[in-house]
Amino acid sequence: MSDAVSALNGKVAAGEVTVRDSGLQGMIILRGDLADKKLRSACKAVTGLAVPERGKAVVEGKSGLCWMSPDELLVLVPYEQAGEAVAKIDEALSGTHYLAENVSDARALILVEGEFGREVIAKLAPVDLHPDSFGVGDFRRTHLGQVAAAFWMVDEDTFAVICFRSVAEYTFNLLAASAKAGRVGHLV
Amino acid sequence: MLILHCPYCGVDADETDLHAGGEAHLKREGPGSTDDDFEDYLFLRENPKGVHFERWRHVYGCGKWFLAARCTNTLEVFGTYSAQTTEPPQEIKDIISEKRSGWSWGNLS
Repeated sequence: MSDAVSALNGKVAAGEVTVRDSGLQGMIILRGDLADKKLRSACKAVTGLAVPERGKAVVEGKSGLCWMSPDELLVLVPYEQAGEAVAKIDEALSGTHYLAENVSDARALILVEGEFGREVIAKLAPVDLHPDSFGVGDFRRTHLGQVAAAFWMVDEDTFAVICFRSVAEYTFNLLAASAKAGRVGHLV
Repeated sequence: MLILHCPYCGVDADETDLHAGGEAHLKREGPGSTDDDFEDYLFLRENPKGVHFERWRHVYGCGKWFLAARCTNTLEVFGTYSAQTTEPPQEIKDIISEKRSGWSWGNLS
């Protein structure tokens, strides 16, 4: 078995706001009826967390659940456990209409850490990131610059950004450039 | 820049997060329809200066289709609603009537 490596392989752009590769992260796309009890308990079984409301994410460490659309969740688990988690979901949901797929190696997870992280993202995405509109626990799918991305706030000073692996380098450089350009002073 | 409220995500999505899908409320004419009806379904579109109903897809967000009522003249948005409807909900029509009295679009008014 070859050693899995994240797309950015530990890359860090240090500064007032630091952009860093979060490393390997298990990610599972789960589509189905989010109100279904079987699906909800399967999510609980693999992450230990309850299914979040619309537009929210619940993440604890390397495990989490993110609301992607009315019929889709992104299930976060430690990288090594992704295959096992998919098997668990398959077992729990067999016979129902659903789809679960391990997409860990198709994605990259980048952390944006620092006091004006809000502004680093706000410069790149058409999203209202004012503290009154977007806070810890909120999750948003949108685009950063030219590419599709999703992000949530881990805490007041940390954003987690997910993008496709093929555009990880672009997204990282974009975030790093935005961080390097400094604060705007509107969203603090 | 157009900003539409996605009824599925509950967020205000910028035009760059969306993909336009043309006219809303088309009724499909299939085999067995008259040539006139089929031509109307396939080719003939409303192109109003004013109240218009369109399909939009929240392509960078949830990926769902929804419908929007807006004014092509001023870019004012009257509202967005589920794509699983064959005509605009009454509350959307009421909002339009309040702001553009005497409006009509296709066979709606």
